Amino acid sequence: MFSRDTWREIFDTLRKNKLRTFLSGFTVALGILIFVSLVGMTNGLMNTFDKFFSQDATNVLYFFPGKTTIPYKGYKSARRIEFENSDLADIKKNFPMFIDHISPRIFRTNLVKYKEESNNYTTIGVDWGQQFAEKTIMMKGRYINVEDVKNKTKNVAIGRLVEQDLFGSTNSIGKYIDVGGSVFKVVGVFQDDGGDNEERQIYLPYTTRQLIEKNTDKIGQIVISFKEELGYTGAMALESNLEKFLKEKKFISPKDQNGIFIRNVAEALKQNQDFAGVLQIIAALVAFGTIIAGIIGISNIMVYVVKERTKEIGIRKAIGATPKDVISNILLESTFITTISGFAGMIVGIAVLSYIGEKLAEDYFITNPYINLGVAIFATVILIVFGALAGYIPAKRAARIKPIIALRDE
Amino acid sequence: MSYCGILFGIQPNTNKTNMIEIKDLHKSYQMGSNSLHVLKGINFSVKAGELVAIMGSSGSGKSTLLNILGMLDVADSGEYKLDGVTIKDLNETKAAKYRNKFLGFVFQSFNLINYKTALENVALPLYYQRIPRKERQEKALKYLEMVGLKEWSHHLPSELSGGQNQRVAVARAMASEPKVILADELTGALDSTTSYEVMDLIQKINDQGNTILVVTHEDDIAHMCKRIVYLKDGVIIKDEKVKQVRASEYV
Repeated sequence: MFSRDTWREIFDTLRKNKLRTFLSGFTVALGILIFVSLVGMTNGLMNTFDKFFSQDATNVLYFFPGKTTIPYKGYKSARRIEFENSDLADIKKNFPMFIDHISPRIFRTNLVKYKEESNNYTTIGVDWGQQFAEKTIMMKGRYINVEDVKNKTKNVAIGRLVEQDLFGSTNSIGKYIDVGGSVFKVVGVFQDDGGDNEERQIYLPYTTRQLIEKNTDKIGQIVISFKEELGYTGAMALESNLEKFLKEKKFISPKDQNGIFIRNVAEALKQNQDFAGVLQIIAALVAFGTIIAGIIGISNIMVYVVKERTKEIGIRKAIGATPKDVISNILLESTFITTISGFAGMIVGIAVLSYIGEKLAEDYFITNPYINLGVAIFATVILIVFGALAGYIPAKRAARIKPIIALRDE
Repeated sequence: MSYCGILFGIQPNTNKTNMIEIKDLHKSYQMGSNSLHVLKGINFSVKAGELVAIMGSSGSGKSTLLNILGMLDVADSGEYKLDGVTIKDLNETKAAKYRNKFLGFVFQSFNLINYKTALENVALPLYYQRIPRKERQEKALKYLEMVGLKEWSHHLPSELSGGQNQRVAVARAMASEPKVILADELTGALDSTTSYEVMDLIQKINDQGNTILVVTHEDDIAHMCKRIVYLKDGVIIKDEKVKQVRASEYV
């Protein structure tokens, strides 16, 4: 069955029926190419998704001060809410069981100078615990620490791009920079995957910021990182308790939606996970649909090929081909061409993925598209098997037809 | 011509035994609720080296008879012996092997494989006999030479004339060195000059001792054989030896 002569006959037939060979080969190659690219792209999309949402800490609550809209307890509406140092202390005192770190965030924009270079940057006054809430990664040096906050030191941690802008290629650690008129010492450089903006920020102790601003006790936003053991429900409960506590303390009506704004990362995370789940289902459907379309395509072509060859089969049978000869001939031909083109399509698909992978990352939210080699091979084999099966059924029928009937069929 | 006087490995059955022997052959086709009785008890035999024409109008059963003789169809009842071998209860595989070994076919519409060259078409029956490629091609070339188409061996059927295609088909039928060659209206698609050329070839092959059965409805073609069997409504009405008209007289 697998003699050299058989193969010669098969190659000969394939070579002399170029359109047929091309059609069946192209269908399988295209099917696999589309499958590999689509699955790879969806994987890339999910990679981007992971990168965006899973690198920030998930056990964090943000409190933003707002403006009241409802008069309450003698206070008029449209009162601007401000958080103070005492709020931090009170939260620490009342919710010690649930909270890991608590930190204010005081946002300012300052002109920052070093030698001839100067630029405007966002500076954020923080407590040392903020590093864990934001999962800030230090490239060199250190973050603002307990001593900095306690002693109101003039130390800053600067973003990677701040260093690049002001210092060029020289090392910034230990150098002094002018931030809004005060001189600060650079103690660390951090990086952040969240985008360029976050690497153009400067962290300083919030106590130092307050000291510069005439020893105020206003603190901007409050960031609370709670214990991870709380889980999703615990986080939601903590959020509503903290909201109630702060509203009561600040004399805000419980019904007022605008006095304090809260962002709960746990809630966002759950939505993101749901979204990722949907994305995964869509990806699976896309993969499945592509394979089905490929199977239908190759099946149609195989049925057509056998139909087209009915007369040839009749001739071959009349001059001595057994049904086994006929079937094995058709099957070997079809599996040979689908195997070659299937794997060619797979390799091209993988090459396309790795080629476009580098180009799509920034603009199209597709990071590092890839396909598991096992999945790609599995899909290819599935198409080959179904192609053979789709060829086998009509081939078997054709082999059974009496040659005289096949010959009559014009 | 180059093939004159050459015996191409075919051993003529010199003691004139019966090559084909059929007894009381019946065949009917089921047409819906009606049964169409096509062959109503055919008895005849063909000796080795004979050139027999089976004549009859359409519907006389001559094609059915040829199909049964060619193992392309099976009879309902009756006996069929080919060179002493009883042909019955054939499955497809066995029939294919018998056809390959015992029979050569020539069809009205040539039935060559259109993407294969003349040489490859002639060599195909030998492929199914599992004969090595080189030997196959040598043999095929020899038979192409015999039908005068050696120079055309690498042409496709579409590049040959009707008469040339039919000669390729004859060469293919000869290639497996069969006991009997069955020709079904082999001149049906050819003009009369080409028909006579092909018949001339058939006569010369017969001269070398090959047994040939020709199904035709054309009187002149039938008279180029040595014996004519007249078929009408499923029975043989006349079976006579005739004086052979040599086709070469017309060529």
